[in-house]
Amino acid sequence: MSGFPWISVLTLVPIAGAIVVLAVGAASHTVVRRTALGFSLIALALTLLLWYGFHPEANGYQYQEMHPWISMLNANYHVGIDGLGLLMLLLSAIVTPIGMLASRQVERQVSLYFALMLLLQACLFGTFTALSFIHWFIFWEMGLIPAFFLVRLWGGPKSAKAAMQFLVYTMVGSITMLMSFLAIFLATRSFDFVDIGRMAQSGRLMPEIVARLGWHLLTPEHTAMVIFAGVFLGFAVKVPVIPFHTWLPLTYTEAPTGTTILLTGAMSKMGLYGFLRILLPCFGVQMQHVLTPLLWLAVATIVLSAYTAWAQTDLKRMFAYSSINHLGYCILAIFAVAKFTGTDAGLMSQKFAAMDGVFLQMFNHGLTAATLFWFIAMLEKRSGGVRGLNDFGGLRRVMPVFTGLMGIALFSSLGLPGLNGFIGEFLIFKGSFPLVTWATALSVLGLLITAIFILGILQRVFYGALPEVWAQLPDLTVGERLSLVPVIGLMFVLGLYPQLVLGVVNHTAMQMALTLRNF
Amino acid sequence: MNWIVRNLWLIPMLPMVAAGIIAVTKRKGRMLAASLAIGSMSLSFLLSVWAFAHVVLLRNQGQIDLQVWNFRWFQFGNEWVSLGWILNPLTAVMVVMVTFVGLLIFIYSIGYMAHDENFTRFFGFLALFAAAMLGLIVANSLLLLFMCWEIVGLTSYLLIGFWYSNPRAAAASKKAFLTTRIGDLPFFLGIVWLYSKSGTLLFYNGGTGCLEPMSLEHLVAQRTTIGMCVATGIALLIFCGAVGKSGQFPLHVWLPDAMEGPTPVSALIHAATMVAAGVFLVARVYPLMSAHALVHGAVSTSAALQVVTWVGSITALFGALIAVAQYDIKRILAYSTISQLGYMMMGLGVGGVSVGMFHLITHAFFKSLLFLGAGSVIHGCSGEQDIRRMGGLGKLMPFTFATYAVGMLALCGFPLFFSGFWSKDEILHAAHVWDLSQIPFYMGAFAALLTAFYMARQMYYVFAGSTRLEVGEAHGDGANATAGMEHEHGPVPHESPAVMTVPLMTLAGCTLLLGFLGTPAWPWFQSFLEDTRLRVDFGAFAREGMFPVMISSSLIVFLGLGLGWWFYGREPVDAADAPDHLGRRVPAIFAVLGHAFYMDALYDKTFVRANIAFSRISTWLDRWVWNGAVQIVRYGTLAFAHMDSFIDNHVVNGAFDEGCEGVSRSGQILAKLQTGRVQSYLKVIGVALIVFTALLLWRANA
Repeated sequence: MSGFPWISVLTLVPIAGAIVVLAVGAASHTVVRRTALGFSLIALALTLLLWYGFHPEANGYQYQEMHPWISMLNANYHVGIDGLGLLMLLLSAIVTPIGMLASRQVERQVSLYFALMLLLQACLFGTFTALSFIHWFIFWEMGLIPAFFLVRLWGGPKSAKAAMQFLVYTMVGSITMLMSFLAIFLATRSFDFVDIGRMAQSGRLMPEIVARLGWHLLTPEHTAMVIFAGVFLGFAVKVPVIPFHTWLPLTYTEAPTGTTILLTGAMSKMGLYGFLRILLPCFGVQMQHVLTPLLWLAVATIVLSAYTAWAQTDLKRMFAYSSINHLGYCILAIFAVAKFTGTDAGLMSQKFAAMDGVFLQMFNHGLTAATLFWFIAMLEKRSGGVRGLNDFGGLRRVMPVFTGLMGIALFSSLGLPGLNGFIGEFLIFKGSFPLVTWATALSVLGLLITAIFILGILQRVFYGALPEVWAQLPDLTVGERLSLVPVIGLMFVLGLYPQLVLGVVNHTAMQMALTLRNF
Repeated sequence: MNWIVRNLWLIPMLPMVAAGIIAVTKRKGRMLAASLAIGSMSLSFLLSVWAFAHVVLLRNQGQIDLQVWNFRWFQFGNEWVSLGWILNPLTAVMVVMVTFVGLLIFIYSIGYMAHDENFTRFFGFLALFAAAMLGLIVANSLLLLFMCWEIVGLTSYLLIGFWYSNPRAAAASKKAFLTTRIGDLPFFLGIVWLYSKSGTLLFYNGGTGCLEPMSLEHLVAQRTTIGMCVATGIALLIFCGAVGKSGQFPLHVWLPDAMEGPTPVSALIHAATMVAAGVFLVARVYPLMSAHALVHGAVSTSAALQVVTWVGSITALFGALIAVAQYDIKRILAYSTISQLGYMMMGLGVGGVSVGMFHLITHAFFKSLLFLGAGSVIHGCSGEQDIRRMGGLGKLMPFTFATYAVGMLALCGFPLFFSGFWSKDEILHAAHVWDLSQIPFYMGAFAALLTAFYMARQMYYVFAGSTRLEVGEAHGDGANATAGMEHEHGPVPHESPAVMTVPLMTLAGCTLLLGFLGTPAWPWFQSFLEDTRLRVDFGAFAREGMFPVMISSSLIVFLGLGLGWWFYGREPVDAADAPDHLGRRVPAIFAVLGHAFYMDALYDKTFVRANIAFSRISTWLDRWVWNGAVQIVRYGTLAFAHMDSFIDNHVVNGAFDEGCEGVSRSGQILAKLQTGRVQSYLKVIGVALIVFTALLLWRANA
């Protein structure tokens, strides 16, 4: 690895982009859009370079940069990526241009809108590369600011309420998490994830905390549990896990669709990333203590969100709940991986499968959900904002290409083999079933209900008689088709050749699963 | 390794490539689409024949005729997931059947779909279907098989809903996909369970495959928590998939509705090939299905196969009963298909792979023949599907009539010259000598009687008497396909073009000849599949129960046909609105059968309604419970802030105004938490950060 600060540069590209976009703000909307898109594509190109230069078989973090930062807090500017970080960077870099392309309806304050989008992307990059808590937390929190304004200023009629709920809700989670980390810092004098994880795995972390903080009202186990609960809440809200999800449907629905794409495609992965990067290595023991209730939460997340999605009539709201459902599978697998299995080699291999499944599912969900919301944006643009499930019918007659391509995305979301969604779900179920049999068996219900509402969408929107009002809806333009081709193509590529991703992340997945062996 | 074994993947890949090219072909490229689909299918057929010949050759040389070719697909942890393909007699027989029947139906479709605006799309879907179906057959991995299985389900969905503007077609396609998926989910669990227990999903892999003795012994040795052995549990879960796909009771409800699709689709997918995939699946994993009995050396049937037998025999009888009281020409055939699939399952359960598979192959030919014949009838009657409005077509459509009659007699199991007789007889014989129970035999025999009866009924309705077709009332299936033909032909029934009748005659020829491959005297088919020595032995007829069963099943067929003549042949049906001759006598029973035992209504009232209710409940939970809890916290905070502010203003402020400014401000900040002003939020974050940092610094220095 050369000493070139690749990651810092990558994070700075969207920030620079935001400044440039604001500077050319007076120019025409098209110029602003193209500039912003250009910067996001530069970021994508940089990410691909990182992908190209990454050594999949190497241990630990790559492209590391480490500089002393706040010596009093013992905090360093420490960034680096492993397979998971790299995958998330790539996902953010893919999702951002999709979000921008889907923001055609934005007509007011265009330059500010795109500048905020780029800032959000910078925060995503920062979150997925930071290895020190302070630095990570700053990006995690700062990401809320552009997201808040994007929802608040360009959102739907209830955007004020939505933005507020989104902010307050995630803020509450952040604060409990901050408290827990302060407790850890006071005990360990470290904010470094790698150090803290190492201490946790050697069993020194919690005794240290109890000794230093000595909350006499609580037993040591309870102290550890309270600290775990604080961090858990922060991530559970972000993913989200039912019942900490109530901010999501409103926010996803009211946000401008381009922003929803970033929220669901990339930002929801921040929560899962936290589960994998922080919760599993640092709080494995605590998760094992409360594994059964955690599994119930996972099953509830999967099943209830699927059923609720089925009952929705607003397409965006439907996909919002569907997002919860898809990430629920990741949660299930993460909890399954946390289960104590001793040294059983067979079960270890199941953990590898589940972990690889989580990685794939995170990426695939990001890709598919972003694409589905993109289709909604294109539909909204044509229908003047109408997106009710029952407002359409027979659109296949006037928009055959749109129907075909959105059909592919819908079936990818349904988990059809041959498309990207399947392998991730297969690995998750394959790995989780032997580890947590009953929870996995119950979760299968989610797959059925997903099929029900996805076919329901196809039936009500694209099949049947075409209402007179929509008889003139134009099909996809050439430009739209061309911009969709890479995304849809990627769905096929990942469905048929998942090794493309697994070859890069498998080593990291194994490392992560193996660290748990020490508990 | 032989070339054909290594390149077996070409058989599914050729139609797949054709489907890919057709997908990006413009709507006007009709010729291109049809030639691509038919060309690729012909090549696949030739390759299949080659593969078949290769297996036959190996068999004759006495070599091992199970060859596999495996490759790595992707890795997880230290393992690789491998896929592969397999060439053995089962594969060889199936690929030849599917490519041959498929090819004929593709050709037929040129005529049938000639006037459809989405002709190009139709051939694209057909090619994709063929690719997935062939992939399913050559797969040497349960995972690859499942993937193709799901894609087959997708194409079935797309083709049932091909006339998408018809709401009934849209509903039927959704129902088909979802009902089969209900079976697929236990199947999926069975796959992951099998994977975790045997460590591989390859069927055969030089001794380490999941269907090979080592793995099977391992599976049989383990017990589940409820005492069943793991092998049985997995086998039953996999069988759930077969129940869904092969329209077995109680997941059969989608198949009759699937008749909303174009008739070539009904013939290819919902009669000859896809619905038989479930039967094929059971045959493929037969070592697992029968593992328990095999390993323990017991002669009795394994628990899993007992379930297969019972489900099959219930389905055989159930489908036949319902078919008696249907009026739609395609729905009669659909229920007949359900019934025959039940026979196949029963054959697998009581007799083994060759017994079930022989009926699968013969049925594929005569049932697709019947469906294509029905399509020809519908085409000739300008889209009419109600048999009460037909009649007299025997004279007007002679080729269709002759070929239909062949198919009908084969389906009934008319003795000696029709393939259905030999294959069905073998199942009945196996059921007769089954050591556990005679009930499946009687159920099967009664279903055979009903089969002869309802087919006779249909023949008299459609081809005898004089036409009852009314002008300009075309609706249903063919209405879309034939709408453009109205002006050419007028409402008079007419014979179909050669592109449709030639496939009919080819299939009829096969239907007649195929039976002789599996007679008891020269059981070539059975010996081919089960690797037993083949010899001509007319003494086989004298084996235990063989002759009596043949005689009695023949008598049953004559009785069924006779009853059909008694009710419908003696006095021809004279008016379209006249009550059914059987229905007139037993109206109550006839109504129950006509409504298919009200299964749809029952499911609607129970499962569907329960699920909808649950989706309402979960929405309600979302709105009132989860969100309610959040709102309570919110109002609690708000109340606290107000209280704090009240105390500040009225109690504290009065006396210690200056000193307690800090407290007051915090109260106001809390109050502002709900104002919705961003600035106040940022202020909260800022203050919190300052406080925490101060705390840290203080502790750090202390």
